[in-house]
Amino acid sequence: MDIRHPIPGNGGDWITRFGDIWKSQVAELQKVFGSAIEEVRMPVVYPTDVPIVYVQKAKILEVLQFVKASEGFSYGFLADITATDETADPRFEVVYQLFSQTQLCRFRLKVRVPEGEDVPSVVTVWKGANWAEREIFDMFGIKFSGHPDLRRILMDERWVGHPLRKDYPLKGYQIFTDSQAVDPERLK
Amino acid sequence: MTETREARRSQTDLPAGYQMEHDPDDLWGDARVIVNIGPTHPAMHGALRMVAKLNGETIEKSYCEFGFTHRAKEKLGENRTYHNFAVYTDRLNYCSALINNVTYALSVEKLMGIEVPERCVWIRMICCELARIMDHLICIGINAVDLGAFSFFLYGFHQREEAYTLVEKLCGARLTTSFTRIGGLMGDAPDGFERELKAWVEKTRQVIDEMDDLLTNNKIWKKRTVGVGVFNKEDCLQYSFSGPNARAAGIDLDLRRDQPCLFYKDVEFDVPVAQNGDVFDRYMIRLSEIRQSLNILSQCADKMKKGPIWSEDKRVRIPEKTVVHNTMEGMIHHFKFFMTGFDVPEGEAYTQFEAANGELGFYIVSKGAPRAHRMRIRGPSVWHFQAISPMVEGEKIADMVAALGSINIIAGELDR
Repeated sequence: MDIRHPIPGNGGDWITRFGDIWKSQVAELQKVFGSAIEEVRMPVVYPTDVPIVYVQKAKILEVLQFVKASEGFSYGFLADITATDETADPRFEVVYQLFSQTQLCRFRLKVRVPEGEDVPSVVTVWKGANWAEREIFDMFGIKFSGHPDLRRILMDERWVGHPLRKDYPLKGYQIFTDSQAVDPERLK
Repeated sequence: MTETREARRSQTDLPAGYQMEHDPDDLWGDARVIVNIGPTHPAMHGALRMVAKLNGETIEKSYCEFGFTHRAKEKLGENRTYHNFAVYTDRLNYCSALINNVTYALSVEKLMGIEVPERCVWIRMICCELARIMDHLICIGINAVDLGAFSFFLYGFHQREEAYTLVEKLCGARLTTSFTRIGGLMGDAPDGFERELKAWVEKTRQVIDEMDDLLTNNKIWKKRTVGVGVFNKEDCLQYSFSGPNARAAGIDLDLRRDQPCLFYKDVEFDVPVAQNGDVFDRYMIRLSEIRQSLNILSQCADKMKKGPIWSEDKRVRIPEKTVVHNTMEGMIHHFKFFMTGFDVPEGEAYTQFEAANGELGFYIVSKGAPRAHRMRIRGPSVWHFQAISPMVEGEKIADMVAALGSINIIAGELDR
């Protein structure tokens, strides 16, 4: 049985509805940003539900600003930012899930991040990206340059290690008996 | 006001001609109180912590902390089979566990390209709308309790218990349902379920009207909620608000209507939208959404037909117990299914669903194994809770309680 099938959308008709829009958007991105677009993975050809566009790390802020504001894209809603540990070189991928509330289609941008390197923070584009980026820092140890307040968010601030990395042990304890005190610096 | 303050100041033993350095409207001098609210506080919904710097009663600056009930769900998603993980989805938004179950099943089915039979889809839709009503009832009920309207809460809570009884008839559990399976359901709806559902819908319609009469035009309720905790459209877009909280601020978007999955195309419902984005509008949106969900439920009960509830896809079909107990092949199949799990083909998909709180998303990256390579859960509460600090800045501390209750933070979904 051929297991590599195209993944339809939730409604089952995303490719017929948005296929042309996606094609023109990807072409436009390649025209405007040229070599900053590293790779494109379209649905049907690759088993994904929406197009995946790999962007050069240094250009991600510009590309996000472009797809948020420019005509024909209008991806004004940042659905999610997350990361994956690919256990390869480059090790991490930061994933931006975008949604256009006017065209009602979705899009995915990805950035390849080698271990120990920073990614430009997108807090200037969407304020809501703040906690999502903190969570990625917490879980994967990816640092975001230009982030106003890059601290751990789900784990304790004294925690050692980044739990969602693939080499993180599944069992073990780190016990803190006292709670975190009020930080007056954060109330200024 | 200024005169009395001057008069009061003259009575103190400050030296004549003493100029205070602070802002003249500042009642308490430069004194600030730092209040630590939570993690275990009746006004915080779940284990959340907010540290607020107060000037009198006004919040000048605050920050929030969470993660007290972090259970590493995303890590578990990478280390449990797809079948195992359905149980963990109950504990996300525990007020509407059925929606999480359905969304999770949809996301894995999307990766595997599985279509489920018609009756299964109708039952899933009934589950989603029941869960939405339960979630909204608890949200507006608890919001009212926080502001002192206890009887309103009890009206809704009674109907909510009745809804849980309906859920119990479906799957035997009330809170942690684990009702869906990949490619099907745990079991079929019992005989006469449609009739009981419709009776409940009719009763709930009356109760919602009563609740509306009781609270909506109440003077105290309006004074406590209108213009409180305002978050306008631009802010909502900046902070990725979704669901009822976004619709209260004028964002006309409902994924059930705009990116329809299940059979939402085949039922009629309206999407209520308000403009002000304050606590009152969020309450009104939820109240109207309960009415719309009740309409959807009665349409579902009418359209549901007898039929199979399992997809016939061999990869995900759990073998029947008679086969398991009486044949060797059946038992091996059963053992392999539960011990090894089934492979999900390589690929990745982000599946979103209009949950009670907003956009619930599962981003699953599969590398062709029985366990996911990455299981990301996008809970709407995270994005809503992030906005509470800017939302309540400059408001009274008592209004913070109203604002927090109105955006419906569920700690299970927040901490994951």
